[in-house]
Amino acid sequence: MIGDTLFLFKLYLITAPILFVVGIYAIITTRNIIAMIIGIEVMMKGVTVLLAAAGYFNGKPQVVEPLIITMIVVEVVILMISAGYIINIVKKHDSLDVANINKLKG
Amino acid sequence: MTISLIFVPIILVILLNIPRLSGKTAYYAVLAFFIWQILSVFFPFTGSQQLAGLIGKVFTLNVYADGMSKIMIISAAIVGFVSLITSKAFSKYDSRLFSLSNLMLLSFAGINGLVFTKDIFTMYVFIEVIAAASYILISLDKKDGALEGGFKYLIISSIATVMMLFSISLFFLTAGSTGFAEISTAIRDFGGNPVILAAVMLFITGLLIKGGVIPFHSWLSGAYAEAPAGVSVFLGGIITKTVGIFALIRILYLVTGFNENIKMVLLITGALSIVIGAIMAVTQKDFKRVLAYSSISQVGYIVLALGAGTAFGVAAALFHVFNHAIFKSLLFVNSAAVEKQTGSLDVDSFGGLGYKMPVTSGTSAIAFLSAAGIPPFAGFWSKLLIILALWSAGYQGFAVLAVVASLFTMAYFLTLQKKVFFGELNPKLENVREAPLSLTACAIFLCALTIGVGLIFPYILNVFIFPAVGIM
Amino acid sequence: MDLVHIHFLLLSLLVIFSILAALNIRIIKAAILLAVVSLLTALILFLLETPLAAIFELSVCAGLITVIFISVISLTNPLTREERIEEKAKTLKRFVFLPGIVLVCAAAFYMLENSTNFIPIGASEIAVAQEGLWNSRQFDLIGQIIIILAGVFGVIVLFKDNKDDGGKK
Repeated sequence: MIGDTLFLFKLYLITAPILFVVGIYAIITTRNIIAMIIGIEVMMKGVTVLLAAAGYFNGKPQVVEPLIITMIVVEVVILMISAGYIINIVKKHDSLDVANINKLKG
Repeated sequence: MTISLIFVPIILVILLNIPRLSGKTAYYAVLAFFIWQILSVFFPFTGSQQLAGLIGKVFTLNVYADGMSKIMIISAAIVGFVSLITSKAFSKYDSRLFSLSNLMLLSFAGINGLVFTKDIFTMYVFIEVIAAASYILISLDKKDGALEGGFKYLIISSIATVMMLFSISLFFLTAGSTGFAEISTAIRDFGGNPVILAAVMLFITGLLIKGGVIPFHSWLSGAYAEAPAGVSVFLGGIITKTVGIFALIRILYLVTGFNENIKMVLLITGALSIVIGAIMAVTQKDFKRVLAYSSISQVGYIVLALGAGTAFGVAAALFHVFNHAIFKSLLFVNSAAVEKQTGSLDVDSFGGLGYKMPVTSGTSAIAFLSAAGIPPFAGFWSKLLIILALWSAGYQGFAVLAVVASLFTMAYFLTLQKKVFFGELNPKLENVREAPLSLTACAIFLCALTIGVGLIFPYILNVFIFPAVGIM
Repeated sequence: MDLVHIHFLLLSLLVIFSILAALNIRIIKAAILLAVVSLLTALILFLLETPLAAIFELSVCAGLITVIFISVISLTNPLTREERIEEKAKTLKRFVFLPGIVLVCAAAFYMLENSTNFIPIGASEIAVAQEGLWNSRQFDLIGQIIIILAGVFGVIVLFKDNKDDGGKK
C-alpha cells in the first residue's frame, strides 16, 4: 500500500510541472492573445491538481479545500478582467494577433 | 489598527455604491480615508482601535503588524493621496473619478491586507487583489498603449502567480500548513530537500517578476509609461514595491531566512537591474519611460541591499523603499504636470520649460538629486545605508558597484533635467504656464518630505526603520 | 481496475488534453478542450477527497469560464480561412517539439524526485477532525470579497462603451 501511495505521489509531482511547461510553451509560441489566456488556464489547472495532491498526501484534504475554492474565485476574476482587455484590444485593432497589435504602436 | 484598516475601505466602497454617490463625494471620502490611515498609525485611538474591537467580535483574523507594516502603510497612504489628487486633474468625467476612487480603495484594502498577513496563501490572495485593481486602473482610459502594456503585465504577472502557487503547494506538502511559522520550521528541518529548495526559488522568482527586476522587466516600462498619469504615480510609487519587494522582504525575513544561494541570486539580479536599468534609462525618449527604467534601477538597489543578508541590509532596503516611494511619485507627479500643460511627453520636444514652470522644475531637480544620492536629501541616506550594509557583509565589490552606478543615475537624470527644464526655450512652448495648484501643491508636499526626511533621518531611523528589523 | 490505474489514466488524459488545448489553432475548439481539462481536474479532485472543491471546479471552471471564453470568441473576429491555413503549418512546426520537451521534463522531474526524502501519508490512513471549513481562513474570505468587488468594477470599466466617458486625451 505504501508503495502504491509513493508511486501515486510521484505521478502527481511529475504531472503538475508538465502542465506548467505546456502552459509556458503555449504562451511563448502562440501569437493569439486568447490562446495566451488558455495557456495560463492550463497552468492553473496543474497547480490546482498539485495543491489537492499536497493536501491528500499530507492527510489534510479538508485544509486545502478552502484554498482551492479561493484560488478558483481569484482565477475567475482575473479571467474576467483579461476578457475585458481582449474585447477592448479587438475593438481597437480588429485583430487577435500580437504582431498586429505591436505593429500599430510602432 | 490592523483589522479596521482592511475593513474600512470595503465598508466605504459599499457605502459609496449603495446608493451610488457622485464621483466628487467618493474622491473626498477616499482622501479622508488616506489621511485617517496615516493618523491611525501614529494615534491608534482615532477610532481604529474601537472599530477593530467591534469587528473582532464577528471575525477572527490571523493578523500580524510590526514596524515594517507601519512603514509600508504610511508610504502607501502618502502615495495614494498624491496619486488621487493627480488623477483628479485628468478626470473630465464624474464617472471616471468615481471608478478610480473605488478602485483605489479596493487596492488599498489589498495593500493593507498584504502587509498584515502572516500566511503565505493569504499573501497570494492579496497580491492578486492588488494586481486585479491595478490592471483595471491601467486600462481606465482604454488607450491603445495602455491596453497593450496592461495586457503584457497581466500575462507576465499571471505566470508569476502560477509560480508562486506552485511553491505554495510544495510548501504545503512539506509543512502541512501555509502559515509563515510552520513553513519556516519545515525549512529548518528539511533544508537540503530539493522540493523545499525548488519551492523557495520559485516563490522568490515569482516575487522578483512582480517587482520588475532585470531579467523579468519587460512588462514594467509599458505598464508604467502607458498608464493614465495619476495611475502611474500609484503604480511606480507603491504597487510594485508592495507586491514585489515588500512581499519579498517579508518572505526572506520571516520564512526562508538567508542562505548563500538566495543571497547570490539577489545580489546578481540586483546588480544587473541597477546597471541595465540605468543604461536603458539614458536611451529613452519618453519622460515616463525614463522614470520607469530608473524605477528598475532603484529596485535593483533595494534587492542588492537585501542580498547583503543582514538585518542592517533589510533596514537599508526598507528605508530605500520609503524614499523611493516619495521621490518616484514626485517625479511622476511632475511628469503628469508637464503632460497636462504641454500635452506631450517626448523629451526632445521640450527645452527651457523651467522658465515657464519653475515649481515643477525645482521640485524635479530635488527629486533627481535625492534619487542620485546627493546629501542632504533622503535618497542619500538610504543609499549610504545600502552601501554600508553591503560593505559590512563582506561584499565590497557590490558596494563599489552601487557607488559607481549612482553616477549613472546622476547622468541620466541630469540629461533629463537639462533636456526638459533647462536650456533654450522651445518657441512652441511660449504659451505654457505653471501646472494647476493641485499638482504643484502635491509636488511641494512630496519635496518637503524628501528634504525633511533627509534632515531628520536619525530620528526616522531610530523610531521606524531599525525597530522594524529588530536592531536596537 | 485499481485506484492507482484510475489516477494514472486521468492524469495522462489531463496532460494529453492540455497539450491539445494549448496548441489548438481554432480557439473555439481550444476553449472546449479546456473545459474537458477542467472536467478531468474535477474528477481528480473528487479522487483526492476534496469534493467541494471539485464541485466548484466543475461549475465555475468547466461552466463559467467556458461561457466567458466562448462569448469573448464570438464577440471577436476569429482568423480568416487563409490565415488559418498558414497558421496551421506553423502550429504543426512548433507542435513537433512539445512532446519531446514534455518527455525530457518528465524524466528530469522524476530524477529530481528520487533525491527527495519526503514520505507521503495517504489521506485514507489518517483521520482528520472535520473542522469548520472557513474557521481558520477568514482572512482569505475577506480577500475574496475584495477581489469580487474589484471584478465588478472591472466589468463596469472595461465592458462599458466609452462614448461618453474615458478616452479624453
